[in-house]
Order: sequence, then C-alpha cells, then structure tokens
Amino acid sequence: MKTRSLNKVIKYTFAILAVLCFLFPLYIVLNNSLKPFSEVRISEMWLPAQNPSFEGFQEAFSKLSQNMKNSFLLVIPVCLFSILFGSVIGFIFAKVRFHFSNVLFALVIFGMFIPYQSILIPLVRSMNAVRLYGKLSGLIVTHIVYGLPISSLMFRNYYAKIPDELIEAGMMDGLRLWGVFINIVVPISLPTMVVVLIWQFTSVWNDFLFAVVLTQRPSIQPITVALQNLAGTQVIEWNVQMAGALIAALPTLFVYIFLGKYFIQGLLSGSVKG
Amino acid sequence: MYCPKKDVRLAVMILIPLLALLFLFIYGFIIWSLRVSFTDWNGILPDMTWVGFDNYKLLFSSQRFQTDLRNTFFFTIFFIAICIVGGFLLSYLLYSKLKGESFFRIIYLFPLSLSFVVTGVLWRWIFSPEVGLNSLLRMMGFKADFGWFTSTYSIGGFNVALIALIIAASWQYMGYTMAMFLAGLRGIPDQLIESAQIDGAGEFMIIRKVILPIIKPITFSAMIVLGHVSLKIFDLAYAMTGKGPAFVTDFPGLFMFETTFRGNHYAEGAAISIMMLLLVALVIVPYLYSTFREENR
Repeated sequence: MKTRSLNKVIKYTFAILAVLCFLFPLYIVLNNSLKPFSEVRISEMWLPAQNPSFEGFQEAFSKLSQNMKNSFLLVIPVCLFSILFGSVIGFIFAKVRFHFSNVLFALVIFGMFIPYQSILIPLVRSMNAVRLYGKLSGLIVTHIVYGLPISSLMFRNYYAKIPDELIEAGMMDGLRLWGVFINIVVPISLPTMVVVLIWQFTSVWNDFLFAVVLTQRPSIQPITVALQNLAGTQVIEWNVQMAGALIAALPTLFVYIFLGKYFIQGLLSGSVKG
Repeated sequence: MYCPKKDVRLAVMILIPLLALLFLFIYGFIIWSLRVSFTDWNGILPDMTWVGFDNYKLLFSSQRFQTDLRNTFFFTIFFIAICIVGGFLLSYLLYSKLKGESFFRIIYLFPLSLSFVVTGVLWRWIFSPEVGLNSLLRMMGFKADFGWFTSTYSIGGFNVALIALIIAASWQYMGYTMAMFLAGLRGIPDQLIESAQIDGAGEFMIIRKVILPIIKPITFSAMIVLGHVSLKIFDLAYAMTGKGPAFVTDFPGLFMFETTFRGNHYAEGAAISIMMLLLVALVIVPYLYSTFREENR
C-alpha cells in the first residue's frame, strides 16, 4: 500500500511538471502581451508585467482585425462545403459497392498526405487562368478541394459503422439510395458533422502555405499571414507581436476548449484507421 | 449491402465530377509539376524547353539541398522519438487514474490547436539568443551565451540549431501521440491487467508484457503521421527561424518556397517539390497499401 501511494506521488509530480512545461510559453505570451510599450525592455521578458495594460492588444487588434475577418470569411464556406461534399463522398464509399472503389478511395486518401509544395506551381497558374489568384475565393476553392480527402475519410469511417440493415430497411419502404441518405443517414450524422466542422475550422484557420502563396494583398490575407508579417519585422515591439499571436490563436483555442471531445475524435481519425 | 443497379449508377454519376476535380488538383497538378521540373523555366515567364534531369543534378550538387536533407533526417528522428516516448509517458500517467485527469489532458493537448505560425512566433522569442532562455539563465547567475537556432555548430552532421525547432515542434505534437496512446490504453480490457496483477506482475512487468505489445500498432501509425508532418515541415521553420546562417535550420519546404516564389526559379522549385513528394510517398504508400489490403480481407 505504501509503495502504491509513493507511486501516485511520483506520477502526480511528473504530471504537474509536464503541465508547467506545456504552459510556460503561454505565460510568456500572456505576460508580455500585457506589458505597455514603455516596459518592453530587453532583459525583462521573464519578469511579470509591472503595470499591465491593453496597449499591445489594442495595437495588435487594430492591425489584425481585417485579417481576422478574412479568416472567418475563408473558414465558414470551407467548413460548409467540406461537410456537404465529404458526407456525400464518404457515404458512397462506405455503402455502395462498385468496381475499383477501394483503389479509388486509396487515391483520394493519398491526397491528404502529399506535400502541397508539389502542386503549388500548377495551382498558382490555374488560379491565375480562372482569375481567382489573389482573391479570397481562390483560397476558399483551394481549401475545399484539398480538404475533401480528410472530410470524406471521417464520414466514411462513421458511415461504415451504420448497419446495412438500416439502409436496406429504408429501401424496403420504397426509398431510393439518395432518399435513404437524406432521410435516414443525414439525420444521424450530426456528431461527424461537428468533427469535420472543427477539424476543417482548425486546419484552415491555421494554414499558412496556401494563404501566403495565393494572397498577396494585405487587405485580403488571412490572419496567419498577417501575424507572420507583423512578427517578421525585427522591431522589438514584442508586446504587440505576442498579443497578435494570442489573438490569432484565440478562435481555435476556444473551439478546442469547448468542443475538445470532437477535436480529439477528428485527430484520431486522421490516422486512416480511425 | 444490396443496392439496386440504378442507384449504383446514380452514385457513380455523383462521384465522377467530384473525384475528377479532386484528382485534377492532386494527380493532374503533380504531373504538371513533374513536367515543369524537367524544363528550363527559371525566370518569370514560362519556358517549357526540355532539359532532362538538369534541375535534379543541380539540386543534388547544391550545398543547400544536401544540408536540407540532413536537417530533415535529424529533425524527423528526434521529433518522432520525443513525441513517441513523451506521448506514451503522458498517456500512461493519465491512464493510471490520476485525479484531475481531464484537466491534465486539456493542457497536454492544447498546443495542437494552434497554428505553426503562432508556435513559431512564441518559441522564436523563447530561444532568441538576446532575450530568451539565455537572459533567464543570466538572471539566475549563469554565463549563458548559447546561439540556439542561430548557432552554426554541428555534431556529426547534426546542426545544433535544430534543437530549438525540435523542442517547439514536439511541444506542439506530443499531445497528439498522447491522445492516440490513451485511446489504445483505454481499449485494453481491465481483466487483462487484473489477471496479470493476480499472477504477481509488477507495474513495469505489466507495461512491458501487456501494454507495449498492445500499443505497438498505434506506435507505428503515430510514426507514419508524425513522419509525414516532419517531412513536409515549412510553416514552423518559416515563422520561427527562417533558413538560418549557412542553412542550419533550412528544410526542403522552405527551399522550395524561396526558390519558386521569391527567386522565380520555377523549374528548380518544382524539382525540389517532386523530391519532397517522393520522400513522403516512400513513407505513406506502403502504409496505405497495407491498411487497405487489410480492410479488403
């Protein structure tokens, strides 16, 4: 019994130490974003703010608010279309048997692993050709297309668990396949819709590569690019930079804290087998 | 499942345009990139003159690309090892029914919801030679003048500057392996552990003989996913360090981006991107193959 409680003490110690390791960058960012400009001095990054102020946040927000709006304008349509197309593709691959369906699905899934660098040059050329280059709508289309593999996979894994009898029963009642999909399958898809929504929200919000390549004008850039531009300037206004980082992180942090269960589900289905 | 012919045909009709668009964006574009990589298009205007493997030869003889490959190799090894070992330890802590378990879980996982750009900005300051950890150490009375990610010191080909990036990336991704392992551990039937305890097995014995064999396939999946993350790494290095002095923190993703979109050397950029694709495919294709073959059985 004694060794057991000792064992617990050791485990708690490690768990708490780990918490400190995970949280200390958060301390740095919070602490320094709350420092007024006058307090931003080289040696004081680690010391707590003496006179906390929202100066840094105000300036960061005034610089990033438009980009934040852009990010929302980008993320919302991408999420909706990912759910729409993902559920249709996922359903067909889960429940309809046709030639080469497995090979085709493997080809779809491979798309979520490719380094996007390998499609960037053609992507830019094509977006240019259809006059979507440098526009938010081009970025939206790009994210919808490259989000299809993961959203289809999530829906397929979920639909594979629906018993065939349920669908066959619907057909006995005279429904066709799409009738079954809309009347029986869609109403029970809500949990996976939430998972896909959160997954796409987080990954599109956090994307940097597509955004930096496809948007040049600052007024339409998403927040990750704007943050990088803000932080890339070597002036030591780190209170503004840190506040900016926090502002850029807040929406996804919010989603994570309040819908963490679904976030983890999405995370685990990213490894194909689910 | 039974499905009338008519409905199968309809399903395929719906699928065709969607997959056509997707495959155009994936495979069509890959072939296009491949084609570009064999041309002389190294200026703003497209020049599709065929030059064979010239861009690849140039690439492999360049100092920068060799450094990139070495960096990718070391980064991948350390990143995966730290995430697997650390993630397993964390998941095991949570598995042993600590109070406040959900609190711990939330903390360990939150970095995963952040953008690599945010992580990069944070950790760049923490490792900044002037004001970061060095100044903390100096406050504690040490004489600290580590170069961190600006250091050009290298041990057997391993650029020490990478340590900062490895720590930042592991901070972000350790929660991922933890979540995967935890899901696996939760799936172990209690009776299995209990019967091992009745047989007199201690905690380490149970870990070694019962838990590790069960979570081995998860470890494998985690390695694949982490491996492809690190082979593609771009945002983190771009935001945190850039290519660094003498390319100590450079990666193929960064090299490709700068060559193509800053230097307008499209053909060379395409060649780098094809090499990246090959590296990732080397890891992913066997994995997908084995997964889908299993499902078919």
